[in-house]
Formats: sequence, C-alpha cells, structure tokens
Amino acid sequence: MDFGLTEEQRMLEQTLRGWLAEHLPIGRVREIAASESGQDPAVWKGLAELGMAGLLVDDESGGGGLTLLDAALAMQSFAHAAAPVPYLGSSIVAPVALRLFGTEPQRRSWLPGLAAGTTQIGVALGELTGRRGDANLRIDGGRLAGSTLFAIDAGAADAFLVALDRDHLVLVPRDVAGLTVTPLVTIDRTRRLAELTFDGVVPADWLGGPAGVAGAGARVLAAARVAVAADALGAAERALEMAVAYAQQREQFGRPIGSFQAVKHMCAEMVAELEPARALVWYAAYAFDHRPEEALLVAAHAKAHLAEVATGIVRTATEVYGGYGFTDEGDLHLWFKRAGLDRQLFGGPEAVRAEAAVLQGLA
Amino acid sequence: MDLSFGPEYEAFRDELRAFLERHRERAPGGGQMLAGGTRDPAALSWQALLIEHGYAARTIPKQYGGYGATPDPLIRVILDEEFARAGVSAGLGGQGPDMLVPTLLEHGSEEQKLRWIPPTIRGEVVWCQGYSEPNAGSDLANVQTRATEDGSDFVINGQKIWTTTAHAADMMFGLIRTEPGASKHAGLSYVLIPMDAPGIEVRPLVTMTGHAEFNEVFFTDVRVPQSAVVGRRGEGWKIANTTLGHERSSLAATGQLEAAMARLTERMQAETVDGRRAVDDPALRDRLLRLQARLLAMKYHALRLLTCRLRGEPTGEPGSPEGSAVLVTKLAGCELSHQIAALGIDAMGEFGVLYGGSKHERAGGLWQFHYMFSLGLIIGGGTAQIQKNIIAERGLRLPREPRA
Repeated sequence: MDFGLTEEQRMLEQTLRGWLAEHLPIGRVREIAASESGQDPAVWKGLAELGMAGLLVDDESGGGGLTLLDAALAMQSFAHAAAPVPYLGSSIVAPVALRLFGTEPQRRSWLPGLAAGTTQIGVALGELTGRRGDANLRIDGGRLAGSTLFAIDAGAADAFLVALDRDHLVLVPRDVAGLTVTPLVTIDRTRRLAELTFDGVVPADWLGGPAGVAGAGARVLAAARVAVAADALGAAERALEMAVAYAQQREQFGRPIGSFQAVKHMCAEMVAELEPARALVWYAAYAFDHRPEEALLVAAHAKAHLAEVATGIVRTATEVYGGYGFTDEGDLHLWFKRAGLDRQLFGGPEAVRAEAAVLQGLA
Repeated sequence: MDLSFGPEYEAFRDELRAFLERHRERAPGGGQMLAGGTRDPAALSWQALLIEHGYAARTIPKQYGGYGATPDPLIRVILDEEFARAGVSAGLGGQGPDMLVPTLLEHGSEEQKLRWIPPTIRGEVVWCQGYSEPNAGSDLANVQTRATEDGSDFVINGQKIWTTTAHAADMMFGLIRTEPGASKHAGLSYVLIPMDAPGIEVRPLVTMTGHAEFNEVFFTDVRVPQSAVVGRRGEGWKIANTTLGHERSSLAATGQLEAAMARLTERMQAETVDGRRAVDDPALRDRLLRLQARLLAMKYHALRLLTCRLRGEPTGEPGSPEGSAVLVTKLAGCELSHQIAALGIDAMGEFGVLYGGSKHERAGGLWQFHYMFSLGLIIGGGTAQIQKNIIAERGLRLPREPRA
C-alpha cells in the first residue's frame, strides 16, 4: 500500500518546474499570452524535447508511455506557472483518446507528431457537457453541420478532436474546407478557446472507426476533467504560495500582515481546503488508469470539488494581497483567471455533480 | 502509487475476517468502540479475547499485558476496516487505552507501567483526563490547579472541566501546577490522581445536547504521593503534548465519516416531501454530492499521511506541504462531520428538529445530537481558530502572534 508520489514523479515535477522557472518567467508568460496565437513555438519545442509533450504517448510512438497521474502532475505544474501551452488538448485529452480508442492507423498517424510537439490537437467536447445556446453540431446528409463551442487549445491546433455524441468523436484537420475556427476571448489569455463551425465537412477520421466506440466520450471526458482538476490545483497552489509570501513581507501598522489573525486564518483556511483536495486529484488520476469502475465518478468529483476549492483560494489570496491583488501589476489575477476558466471548462460544478449523481443511481 | 496490500497483509485480513465471523456473537452490541468506563462483563471479556488474538492492545509489550506486536500502520488500517465492515466492536477505547497508555510507555517509570498498563488495557481501571480548566481552554498552559508539597505528598486544590467519564473513572491523569516559581509552561507536572481520594467532587456538565457527556471535577486538599508524577516535575506540558499526539489514526476518523455519510444517503432516500424523496430534490442532492467529494478528499488525504508514516517521511516539518497536510486534518474533518449532520437535518425539514423521544422522531434524534455534538468537537481539543493559528504559524511559518 502506497498512496504517494514516486521518486520518478517527484523528479519529473522538479525538472519541469525548474524548466518553467527558467523559460517561462512571468514577464514572458505575459508577452506570450498577449500574442495572437497565444503560444511560443520555441517553448513547446523545448517541452517536447524534455519529453513532456508525449508523456502519455506510448513508447513505440516516441512518447513516455506514462500514466494520467504523471500527466496530471505536469498539468498542475503548468498551471502553477500559468504556462501558455496546449498541454490539456495535445498532451492529455488527444493522446488518451487515441491510445484508448484510436485505430492502429490513427495512432500511427497522430501520436508521433503529438509526442514530438510538431502536431497539436485542439479538443471540442462541448456536446458532452450540455449544449449551450445555439450550438447545434450534427450530421446532415453525411456531413458535419452546425457549430460546437469552447474547443480548448485551439490557438495553434493543426486538427480538432470533436465529440458529436457519447459514442462518436471525430478528428478534423484545421484546414479542411468548410471548417471555420472563430477564436473566443476568455478571461484567461494563457489558453485559447474557439468556436468551430462546420459547413459541409465530410467526417473522414472517426475515432475508432465510422461506427464509433460505445462510451468513448465519457472516458475521454473523464480524462479531461482530471486534467482540469489538476490545473485548478496548480493555480490554487500558486495563489496560496504568493499570498503567504506576501503576508510575510507586507507590513501595515508596523508589523507583517501575516501576524494578524484575520490574515493568518485566511491563509490557514486555504491550506485546509488545498491539501485534502490534492489527494483527491491524485486518486482521480490513479483511478482513471487502475480503477475503471470508479474512474468516471471520481473524475467528476475531482473536477467539481477542485473548481470550488480553487476559485475559493484564488479569491481569498486576492484579498490577502489587498489593493495590490486588484491591480494588473500584482500578477495574482493570472491564477484567478486560470482557476476561473477551469471552473467552467467541461462542465461547472453543479452540472458535473448532477452527472455524478446519475453515475451512482441517485438521480 | 499502489493501493493493494501485500499477500501477508491479505492473510492477516482473512484471518481477522474468520475470527470476526466465528466470534461476533460474543461481541457487545452496537459496533462502536466500547465507551471508556464500561464495566459490562461481556464487554470486558470481549476485550480480553481481542487482546489474546492481537486485535486489541496489539502493540503493547507482553510484560504490560499486551500482545507485543511491532507497530504497523497497515495492520491498524486493516483492523479499522474489518471491524467497521463487520459492524463489531473493536474493543475498548477511551482516554486510558488511547492516551494514558502510550504516554506511560514513553515517559512512565517501570513501576508505573507495570502497575497501570495491564489493568487499563483490560478495562479494569478507567481513566479520565484532567487538562482543561475554566481559565485554561485555548490557553491550556494557563492551568491554575496547583499542588503544594507536604512532606512526601502533594496537596491539590483547584478545578478541572470537560472531563469525559470522570463520573465513572478510577483515576485521572492531569496537568497540575507544581512549580509555583517557574514560568507558565515549565510549572506543570503530569500527575496520576485516584478519583476516590478524599476532597474530589465530580459534577456532571450538561451540554447543549441535553446530555452530560462531560463533567467538572473539584479538588479540595486532595492528597497524592509525589511519586504519582509521570516523568520529571515541571515536564508536564511536554508530556501532555505527546499525549495529544496519540490520537487514533485519522483513517479511523474517516471510517466514521463514511458510516455517517452512508446513513445520510439512506435517510435522503427514505424521507419524502409531497411524495418526492429528499435525494430527488436537486438542491439537497447537490449538497449531498458536495459532501461526497469532501469525504473522498479526506479519505485519500488520510491515506497520503499514512503513506508518509510508512515511508518514514516527516509529516510535521514546518513549511512543507506534508507539514501543513497533517495539521489540517482536525479542522477539515470536524467541519465535514458537522456538515453531514446539518444536511441530514435539512433533508428531514421539521422532522429534523424532533428530539428527546418525540413522536415521529427519526433515528432517536441522532441527527440533531450529531449536529450539536460535532460543533462541540469543532471547539474542543483546540478550537478551529487555534487550529488555524497552528496551521499558519507551524505549517506556513507566518509570524507568531505576540505573546502576552
């Protein structure tokens, strides 16, 4: 029995955090986030060389062949750095989908590029998490029609993994005739969302073949939710660290504000929320690979819980910063916004819990 | 990460299951830890059987009446899980076995160990804890109950409060001010006091639940020999702090939360309004699901801390995530317990406020009792606010509050 990170996992985390501190200091993050694509190709290339892009891709395709827990730890570190990288789509959701449900030719054609960092896949799972507004993605006369909202990591995506329904996901190249990618501007400029509109696109590359795979959507969504939970954990962790450091150094009334119980208690409450939540993320990631019978439910719980824990922590951290937290210069808002996007991605907490209730027969 | 137990542990589990199957008829009812202070012969003979098989007092050395096994946290986990699963009492709890015995093992003289440990683990000597006083709550080191020297004796005067099972106890282990000239923390000693000594008066303390779960204990010229001090004079504060660290594992606490959650889910499926089950009300169901996630988090949090212990990694390290992780357990666990009870009451609506044996009362008013009692637990043993000070100062290394 061992419920903790391995030496290798700690090394991976340490290596990645070191690399990010060197290559993506906050000033650089801000520059990239303000650019049109929202990415720096050199950063992604560097991360691919470090083996990060292909952590979940199998060895034969040039990846690390690791588990979702490893990738979740990486995701957490990226969020901790507010890194503008397409990790969620290209390094977690797409590889998981291809590894679990892709045909042999699909795996051969997509996975090596994902591992090498030369191919990016954006992910549109909007049809699985409640259709919003006038999004009406459908098959019409054998062709994709209508639109799907909130495709993630769309900025420099070469292709999209699009969910049509629970059993059917399709890979669509970005440059296919009839696909329009409309960027959506969110609070969080470190990740890029888009609306995909289809007009007569022939779906050629169904995940697992034209018949689809029963239940594929739910599994892929679960991996996405674990990844977002890990992202929220990383954002919350960073906001807490910054708030504590600030409380130690900022003085008012002639003493550090961290010596006042009002501030101290805010910090303690953040820790009391964060530490148990960390264990839940670890377990959700572990369950995805090792306890399939629990995986969907635990992923939903982790997603909903981390959404609330993280948005609570970034808010409290901002209050610890006081007026400085409300400024742009204070930087803290980068994580406030990262957690804010995480909260809604792939279903807000109430919606996800409603699904979790169904999964256990309570609704 | 690997959540399987090895074959030797599974063998232990199988053996334990077979034991529970074979002997469960002999176990006293309820499936709870036996309340400290029970004199029920059936309970004491069940305890004796558990010790004989190494399922209670497992790591207490043989010469002090225990089973003499090496401490192993995984065995502890299996014991907690299997007794809970079988719904069978895991033996005697209470402040003697859980707090005094570990303290004596660490700090007691050989004579004290031989005299007190065997009858305590058999349940023949019942203990209460005398720490808190009316003016020594959060500021526990402000203990005023004092002992003055008289020949080879101490003469004790003062008052203790929040003493669980004092009414049934044979003995108290208490913090007493024995060194009047010394500083606040260095003036205390850890003293063993017979509860039948002349000059002791026990008064039940009725709480908001309507029950007297606690007592007040008054001392008027109570005489004990100076040899009743554990460790050295003036070291009471240090010794009491090691005692406070000997709580049952946080996993056992999670097991109780899981049981409460299972009862809550059943209740919400049974209770109806306008023919609709409480669990089908979207707002109530959402609260239930939120608590499920919190419970899962606490469960794996406890496993994470257990893993740290198994690996020999420090968990109390100031400034480390593990250091903070261990400190938040009481705060987060007690709050969750209170929230579970609160939802139970809300799911029942007006039925939820029936109490004291009323017509229509559900589960003997248990949900209201737990709602109130768990608030007591949020306050007791270091209030939530004191816990937050500890998390912030020890875990996060924020500057200490200036001391008066």
